[in-house]
Amino acid sequence: MAVGWLVLEDGTRYQGRLFGAIGRADGEVVVNLAATGHRETLIDPVFCGQIVVLSHPVVGNLGGYPEDLDSSRAHLRGLVVRQLAEQRSGSPQSLDCFLEGQGVVGLEEVDTRSLVRHLRARGSLRGVLSSSPEDMPERAPSRDWVEEVTTHGPYRVFGDGPRLVVIDCGLRPAMLRDLTDRYDADLVIVPATTDSRSILDLRPEGVIVSSGPGDTGRLGYIARTLGELLGRVPMFGMGLGHHLLAAALGAGAFPLPFGHRGLNHPVQEVASGRVLITAQNHGHALKECTLVGTGLDVTHRSCQDATVEGTRHRRLPVMGVDFHAEAGSGPGDGAGAFAAFWNSIGGEG
Amino acid sequence: MPLRTDIRSVMVLGSGPIVVGQAAEFDYAGSQACRTLRELGLQVILMNSNPATIMTDATMADRIYLEPLRAPVAEMILRRERPQGLLPTLGGQVGLNLAVQLAEAGILEELGITLLGTPVSAIRRGEDREAFRSLLGEIGEPCPASTAVRSVAEAVAHAGRLGFPLVVRPAYTLGGEGSGVARDQDQLVSVVARGLARSPARQCLVEEYLEGWREIEFEIIRDGRDNCLVVCGMENLDPMGIHTGDSIVVAPCQTLSGEEYHSLRRAAFRVIRALGIEGGCNIQFALAPGGSRYHVIEVNPRVSRSSALASKATGFPIAAVTTRIALGYTLDEIEQPSAKRAGCYEPVADYVAVKIPRWPFDKFALADRRLGTQMKATGEVMGIDRTFEGALLKAVRSLDLGGTGLFRRELAAWPESTLRDALEQPDDRRLFVLAEGCRRGLDIQELAARTGIPPHFIGRIRLLADLIREVEQGGLEGDTTALRRAKRAGFSDGELAAAAGTTEQAVEALRLSAGVHPVYKAVDAWAAGAAGGATGYYSTYEDEDESPRPDGHSVLVVGSGPIRIGQGIEFDYCSVHAAEELRAAGIRSLVINNNPETVSTDYTTSDCLFLEPITREDVREVIRSQAVSGVLVQFGGQTALNLAADIDDMGAPILGTGRRSIDRAEDRHEFDRLLDELGVARPPGHAACSPEQVLAAAGEIGYPVIVRPSYVLGGRGMAVLREPADFGDLAGAVDWAHPVWVDRFIAGRELEVDALADGRQVLVLGIMEHVEGTGVHSGDSLLVYPPQRLEAGVRDMVVQLTTRLTLALEIRGLVNLQYVLAGGEVLVLEANPRASRTVPILAKVLGFPAVRVAARLALGSTLAQLGLNPGLYPEPAHVAVKAPVFSWSKLPGVDSIVGPEMKSTGEVLGIDWHFPGALARALEAAGLRLPADGGTVAFSLADRDKRRGTETARSYAEAGLRLAATAGTAAALERAGLSVKAYRKLGEGSPNLIDGLAAEEVDLVINTFTRGAEPSRDGHRIRRAAVEQGVPCLTSLDTAETVLESIRSRRAGVTLPVRALQDYLQGGRP
Repeated sequence: MAVGWLVLEDGTRYQGRLFGAIGRADGEVVVNLAATGHRETLIDPVFCGQIVVLSHPVVGNLGGYPEDLDSSRAHLRGLVVRQLAEQRSGSPQSLDCFLEGQGVVGLEEVDTRSLVRHLRARGSLRGVLSSSPEDMPERAPSRDWVEEVTTHGPYRVFGDGPRLVVIDCGLRPAMLRDLTDRYDADLVIVPATTDSRSILDLRPEGVIVSSGPGDTGRLGYIARTLGELLGRVPMFGMGLGHHLLAAALGAGAFPLPFGHRGLNHPVQEVASGRVLITAQNHGHALKECTLVGTGLDVTHRSCQDATVEGTRHRRLPVMGVDFHAEAGSGPGDGAGAFAAFWNSIGGEG
Repeated sequence: MPLRTDIRSVMVLGSGPIVVGQAAEFDYAGSQACRTLRELGLQVILMNSNPATIMTDATMADRIYLEPLRAPVAEMILRRERPQGLLPTLGGQVGLNLAVQLAEAGILEELGITLLGTPVSAIRRGEDREAFRSLLGEIGEPCPASTAVRSVAEAVAHAGRLGFPLVVRPAYTLGGEGSGVARDQDQLVSVVARGLARSPARQCLVEEYLEGWREIEFEIIRDGRDNCLVVCGMENLDPMGIHTGDSIVVAPCQTLSGEEYHSLRRAAFRVIRALGIEGGCNIQFALAPGGSRYHVIEVNPRVSRSSALASKATGFPIAAVTTRIALGYTLDEIEQPSAKRAGCYEPVADYVAVKIPRWPFDKFALADRRLGTQMKATGEVMGIDRTFEGALLKAVRSLDLGGTGLFRRELAAWPESTLRDALEQPDDRRLFVLAEGCRRGLDIQELAARTGIPPHFIGRIRLLADLIREVEQGGLEGDTTALRRAKRAGFSDGELAAAAGTTEQAVEALRLSAGVHPVYKAVDAWAAGAAGGATGYYSTYEDEDESPRPDGHSVLVVGSGPIRIGQGIEFDYCSVHAAEELRAAGIRSLVINNNPETVSTDYTTSDCLFLEPITREDVREVIRSQAVSGVLVQFGGQTALNLAADIDDMGAPILGTGRRSIDRAEDRHEFDRLLDELGVARPPGHAACSPEQVLAAAGEIGYPVIVRPSYVLGGRGMAVLREPADFGDLAGAVDWAHPVWVDRFIAGRELEVDALADGRQVLVLGIMEHVEGTGVHSGDSLLVYPPQRLEAGVRDMVVQLTTRLTLALEIRGLVNLQYVLAGGEVLVLEANPRASRTVPILAKVLGFPAVRVAARLALGSTLAQLGLNPGLYPEPAHVAVKAPVFSWSKLPGVDSIVGPEMKSTGEVLGIDWHFPGALARALEAAGLRLPADGGTVAFSLADRDKRRGTETARSYAEAGLRLAATAGTAAALERAGLSVKAYRKLGEGSPNLIDGLAAEEVDLVINTFTRGAEPSRDGHRIRRAAVEQGVPCLTSLDTAETVLESIRSRRAGVTLPVRALQDYLQGGRP
């Protein structure tokens, strides 16, 4: 395999060996701390447009890309790892082949720990993966990533439970599976551009705003829709969806210096004091001072940096969390947050 | 919830002596607990009989009881000290069982003592196999079909339903003791019978054997608010059927999918919550091939060997957090001392840790070295690197087995069929056999099928095999690509040299000229995702070095590696003290060690810990990278001492006793010359380089002779030859690379001395006396301090001799000397220019910080500057007896006779105002069950012992015991007018002594047949039968005569009051 480079916008270079797709990949370089579930990471739309560095040193030995997955699309641009292990078990498609087919550039044999330390110290940086140490990352204007990953048209997943409308900002397949398997919810998944009237016409008993890539900056249209829905239907937001709900109420978010990405993020439930180990993939957090006057109370807080991880409106049936509230393949401790919403709209399960 | 205000003092239970299945990990856990309690301002009362531990140090607890870990003794301590709380879950299985006994006897309730942490009901549900199974049933967690039985008949009755193969697990035992696999009814009968005999509860679980399933362990912590987290998930390379203590373990899990991992994590939480555990615990799962199904195997409701490994592999201090939880804290309230952040996170690693067990089969050539459900390892090592293969290679180097590394030359000669068979019949060489299979290019799937090891790991070893073959064929010359690749993969210079047919020095030179050095990265539980205060580092061949290098002096303490027979926890004790004293002296302390069980590898012990193999290359690279101003080699046992030349060669200053002195003391020939110059008496001896030379030397010196190999620990390969024929057994066991020393075997009493010196003056810390005469290794002897039977003048002679020798050797720091006392003369046997096994004992008995003083002396202080006078340190009014503890029952095939080669795994101490009391406490702590009044003692004596043994037997008879003997011995005893029950010679019909043992007619065996190394010999068979029946067996008349004193004093109805170490040290002898 050929020698390749990751060059960061500050000029730092990391040498490795290329795998996956041939070519060049530009994007924000982010770190995922998950020690397992890398297959799920690759297809999570939340990483759309990003170059993902895995801190876990050995990747790829399980194979299984992507036959046993619900979605075959990789959304990330590049993947940087310490060691790409040969596949020895699992179903046949290897990580290398999968990335090649998906047009994702991979770089292995990188001192990823050094890279992670650098990113933690410097904050989020743009980078480029290519075969040349002279390439520099493109400057990228702020853009609407949700547009790229949201569903093109509405679709239904039938169930016997209450009807939920899911606004797809880049949802994880695992979330839908969880809503079906655990709650038997009757789901209508709609594009992020769907207006409030169309959503209400579906007569939902609750609305879920999914997680997704990027920040709320260019998503004013979704926040507006949510604003129109406030008080008319109970709503639950996850990750980006949570931030959009808060934006609809007037709160703002800020970029975290390093992001919360991994499966081990401790979050404290404010009311009970219980600690949940949660799966998270978000680069922004709500600014606590902007919650004043929005009616939102903090329900969850990060044990690591004390940032807001969950809120609930004092009067309106609106709540949200920054972590994954479905079991999926993560630790699943956060599932109680969604269960609380489900119970509030009268669901069983 | 903050600290419970109702608790002001807490008793902590230790785990006692090191045995197979229970090593240094509980010193680590217990020390962390004691420190935590004291940080919280609580009074600590500690009970542990093991003197070599850090936890029994004066600074660890307010009241330290070096007393036998038995319920009546614990009860006396509780009544005397009246603590408010008892902490049961940090002292291993021994401490846990003791706490349960105290709770069940109602003593805790009567005294108003709270059992802290996990409630006793949860302990019982976790430990009682039947209760645990029914709990799993209630919460719908799958477990293997099984049934608890209390008799062999019951087991046989259920076998039909369960179906063979079956695994039998005795309840409440340690290290899988007494367990085994039964493939048919005959095997079932014998395994269950043995299991019931070993189980304190007389209960066994007969269970479906999940052959070939993978074994996964989780270390979990739960607090009183029901917060749960996984500290570490660990994956055994070896499948079910090999005890996890004997398995190679990888942390974190490498081959589980996200779904598999998290389904096990959720199951673990369900089980731990249902049990109601509060604190650290361990849960084991079996995962079916393919991964879709799992079974819960067991829960340890306490910290364990695995939690020590998990703590070291992640930096998460499980024992400290468990202690705080026991006192009412919740995880979010606990700040990690090392990382300054909350305790409620799940560590993630950006490296791989590999643990390999350390087995004693290099010493026990005739032992059954097969691996199974019963643990056999005495210790373990851990390697950390960024990849599995790098970590594996480091762990292999850390084993200190000699030879070159993972690819063993000696296996290259094995025929393919032998190799294939060995893959399916696992023993301690399993990993090397697998590596050889990879080197020969056997198919990975075939290797996986034969070994049950996941293909991923075999694939990584295969990759190493490919690299080593390239080096074998192409060498390392030319450009440095091959060298760089091999180093990045983790190969040592030595292993590459062996493959390339050159020397380690040549590879090192090549590497240095190419500028290829490792970098050091932090052991970081956040995978660099959060700023941390890491203090542990490992080497790897990557780009960025992140080890801190502040200005000022830093000194490296070279540790001692895995716990093994001959080099145990005592050297960890010394390493820890040395590191702490460096800090106290304002010097940055660095420690290099690879034993994950120990206190020295606790991340708070030193300023900077290097989790690295202790080899020439790895130690030199640390020295080079850290630019240390000095190195201490005298505290890490023989492992550290043997590196003196390599360290000196690179120009790094060895602090304290220098290389020249070390060579003069270690090299038998040079040492002999020195003694000659000094005109000091010693047994006449010669160096010998071959079997022929040994026989020639022996002929010249005159039999009996003793053969001592150089540079070995625990007297490995040492033997007494009474006639030329004796040498036959031994010749193969000796490494002829170094000359052996042959000297006259002088029958006499052995004395042992530890001394401190600054180069000008000598402080003789203590003279200790061995109960057993010469010919029994000092580590296996009963040891008495201060000596009880020294003739007038001998003390002075020993002090004088010690002073002269120590000065002549230019010792700066500690030295240990062995003498033999014969015919009123004191002869020198050996000098060890380092800390010794007995240093912690003297330090505790005297309340004297011996290692700290030695560290100061090594740094250049004089005794006078430290306010210490030369000469003999004043002997105390109290008496201490050290007793060795053996692990015979864990090691089938090993002969239980004591001799010149050390066999004990641990030791205990008894202290009293008088010798008999100290002896009784030591024997009780060692678990020696002395026969009750009217019990039977069976004698089986070698001819040369018959005359003396007859008198010994007479004394036993007078002490109220019945005599029995094997035919020849019985005749001798009868001739002396003793009444004795005679057993037939083995092989000459019934009843013989083995039948007598089986019929439970015998309570103590005294057997002195020395030539019995082969299993077929009678002596060996009798000793082994005694071990199997759990009957004590004494193999030296010296021991037998001394033990009798204890039997007598017990007969006199003496009960011993409990006393803390502080009671003795503060004087006030009644």
